[in-house]
Amino acid sequence: MQFLPELTLLGAGFIIFIVSLGKADASKSRSIAIGLGSAIFGATLFSFNQTGMLFFDSYQVDLFSQFFKTLIAGSMLVVLLFGNKLKGIPVKIHPEYYFFLFTSVLGLMMLVSSVELLAIFVSLELSSFAVYIMVPMRDDEGNFRFQMEAGIKYLLFGITATGFMLFGMSYMYGLTGSTDLSVVITELSTMWNTPAAVISIMMVLAGFFYKLALFPFHFWVPDVYEGASNETTAFIASVPKIAAVALLTRFMILISSNGQAIINILMVCSIASMFYGNLSALVQKDVKRMLGFSGIAHAGFVLLGLLTFQITGYANAIYYITGYVLMNLACFLVICTVAGKGENILIEDLSGLHKRSPIMAFTLAVGLFSLAGIPPFVGFMGKFMLLTGALKEGYLLIVILAAINTAIAIYYYLSVIRVAYTSDPNGRALISPSVLTSGTSVLLLAAIVIMGINPQFFINYATSVIQTIM
Amino acid sequence: MDQLLINPDYPHILSTLIFLPLAGAIFLLFVRNESFARFWALGITSLTAILSVPLLAAFDSSTSKFQFVEQINWIESLDIQYVVGIDGISILLVMLTTLIMPLCVLASWSYIKTRVQAFMTCLLIMECAMLGVFMALDFVLFYVLWEAMLIPMYMLIAIWGGPRKIYASVKFFLYTLAGSVMLLVAIIWLYIHNDYSFFIPDMMWQNYSSTAQVWLFLAFFLAFAIKVPMFPFHTWLPAAHVEAPTAGSVILASVLLKMGTYGFLRFAIPITPEATMTLAQPILWLSIAGIIYGGLTALAQSDMKKLIAYSSVGHMGFVTLGIFVLNTAGVEGAILQMVNHGITTGALFLCIGMIYERTHSRELRDATGVGKHMPIYVTFLTFFSLSSFGFPATNSFVGEFLILAGTFEHSLWLALAAIPGAVLAAAYMLRMLQKIVWAELTILTNPGLKILTSVKS
Repeated sequence: MQFLPELTLLGAGFIIFIVSLGKADASKSRSIAIGLGSAIFGATLFSFNQTGMLFFDSYQVDLFSQFFKTLIAGSMLVVLLFGNKLKGIPVKIHPEYYFFLFTSVLGLMMLVSSVELLAIFVSLELSSFAVYIMVPMRDDEGNFRFQMEAGIKYLLFGITATGFMLFGMSYMYGLTGSTDLSVVITELSTMWNTPAAVISIMMVLAGFFYKLALFPFHFWVPDVYEGASNETTAFIASVPKIAAVALLTRFMILISSNGQAIINILMVCSIASMFYGNLSALVQKDVKRMLGFSGIAHAGFVLLGLLTFQITGYANAIYYITGYVLMNLACFLVICTVAGKGENILIEDLSGLHKRSPIMAFTLAVGLFSLAGIPPFVGFMGKFMLLTGALKEGYLLIVILAAINTAIAIYYYLSVIRVAYTSDPNGRALISPSVLTSGTSVLLLAAIVIMGINPQFFINYATSVIQTIM
Repeated sequence: MDQLLINPDYPHILSTLIFLPLAGAIFLLFVRNESFARFWALGITSLTAILSVPLLAAFDSSTSKFQFVEQINWIESLDIQYVVGIDGISILLVMLTTLIMPLCVLASWSYIKTRVQAFMTCLLIMECAMLGVFMALDFVLFYVLWEAMLIPMYMLIAIWGGPRKIYASVKFFLYTLAGSVMLLVAIIWLYIHNDYSFFIPDMMWQNYSSTAQVWLFLAFFLAFAIKVPMFPFHTWLPAAHVEAPTAGSVILASVLLKMGTYGFLRFAIPITPEATMTLAQPILWLSIAGIIYGGLTALAQSDMKKLIAYSSVGHMGFVTLGIFVLNTAGVEGAILQMVNHGITTGALFLCIGMIYERTHSRELRDATGVGKHMPIYVTFLTFFSLSSFGFPATNSFVGEFLILAGTFEHSLWLALAAIPGAVLAAAYMLRMLQKIVWAELTILTNPGLKILTSVKS
């Protein structure tokens, strides 16, 4: 029972593998995938309150891991729901695509439960390798091969980050003589200010920074976001980040606030992420690239929450990443729906969206206003709580810089909304989203507003989740 | 919490006023019929206006406490409350808002022809947010509504605005948002230094250090000075005013601009009194600059909406002048001037809107001489214009007189510098009146004017 979500995922992988043996049919494989996705989501809900240790204490099932598994399964289901017949992927490899999607999610789910260095490494690689393959699976429209470029970039950067991580882990093992996370960190806590400990921690964190797309491990983001098909980007931009935050939280809780050197480095990373992401996003024309850079900036904000080393700070970070995934998915839902043939969407392609499809325009506007941090949406509340938590810890300068970033960011979000709402369609086709897509967008909108207006419920929950691993 | 008074006769009146328009707006999302949407919006705004009348009757003017208070916990982990209440400053602005909104709906009745439901939804959400801003006694509640207001206002200008609507709406949004991010930092700082409470009355009259006060004041100043707008932060205003549809201009002039000065009165002075004293002098001279600059620029305009917009810069300069001379006459005058400017300028925008709706030109020369054909209209226009430059026996005279009296008390030089502003106001308003009312109807090139002449009144 403790392993039910992972088992369901494995089973789902097998079923889709069998489907891949037959003749591929877009709508058939889609309905199977959605059915399996719902089953996985159901399994995570079912095993929500399970606790226990598995596999020689390297695999911890607790409220924390189950909570994140539910989030991961939920957002995967949303991606499946709006990934309308995978327009950017050749039909004959649809089942394979779903297979790798499930494999990647399996890796991510294992990641949030792993409490041992090698288990962390294996699950991280499992999730990454599946995505390495998903990226170049895109249609080769126009024979540009830029999905290949994206795939290679993702792979090379991923391997480099993993190399850093493995090297850091070897240091950790050398310093402490154990690969068990709790032992490692207790041992390390006596040597916070020795260079070896700082370097090993930073190197291990590099692996998660890569997943979270945090400066300075963000270089893959724009090209991969642009090169991968819209559905793949939607997945990369949301689901792995949840798992990365979960693991970062596990690490940070163990680090505690003693390692001043690490804190300083992380602060610089956080602020640099915000400025780099927001300033680069200002000049983007491709919506996915823009969202990629905005994602880098948001990763900086999440780190700000973790840096407080307080229960409330961790809870805020979880709240923020959940909100971020919701609003990001809302934006990608619109991108996937607007892209009739799975092509990349430039900002000007959204012209007159409010006339072509009012509900898509509304979804986009709410998603972007929320990303920009305008109340009453979840993006504002998340940012506000993170800033409050950071200022409580006395990071006045950081908070001011973050606030300045909010002001910078509004410009590029607004310029997309402006195009969607104020320009004419100029002959661009009407868009009629399917009932499923509209329903999903209404759900996302409701979640964005409700979480923004009434954060207390979620924060309480996130706090109790955090307490289980403190 | 001794600054709060709960009125047992009207336990939920403020929340009703805030949430009635919101409920109306949510309902409108499901409405397909355009004329029903118009009547619905008119009904909701009128009902809100009627419901707000008892406030005036039951308001106890013998106390400075906040009245009609309602208090509910909102976000417990940060001690954020939903707490609303009004005092003598806010009641006037609340009344102004509720009374102006039905007029805005009426002004858009035939002018807004596309996406009527969405327009009315924006108006209703605006009303909810504006009322909330004037009533909020929790800083987070205030900030949420203060920012949330930007979205519907942006939409009003960006979708239903004039030819340069994109430029105007983006400028409005960026300017006001950029101004208020530091306000957020100031709010959090205050929260931490007030035993982790966002309750506004508790933040007032505390002994913050002088340095902290100066920084807090600067954060307040940036946010509120942009909203007022004070010279030299005023450049978004003419653009937004000119491009907004009539209802949007009226809301901007009557209510939104007052939020800046309301912010100064509600936050800057009580929370950072020392810094206010220290920094008042430069702000006073900025106000003078605004008065003179606004007046001179208005004098040179050929676009009627721009003329009124720049006159607003001048009038709001008087308001900030009154606030920062920091004596009773000045502040009283400022509050009166806030309300009176809201009434008068709102009315003027409605008048200009009537012409624009028919001729689709805001140019003064296209409206030259329409007075010959629209006697009743012109009577009203003259009346409001006289009020605008503070003609004795009109509403603005009282406020402006008190402000000037307060300024004389404070410093002779300042007052002498402000007087030309009053003269300029008369000059540009009379210039407009002269063209519209008394000049000959010479040019008949504008096809819209032919329609206009058939309208008569």
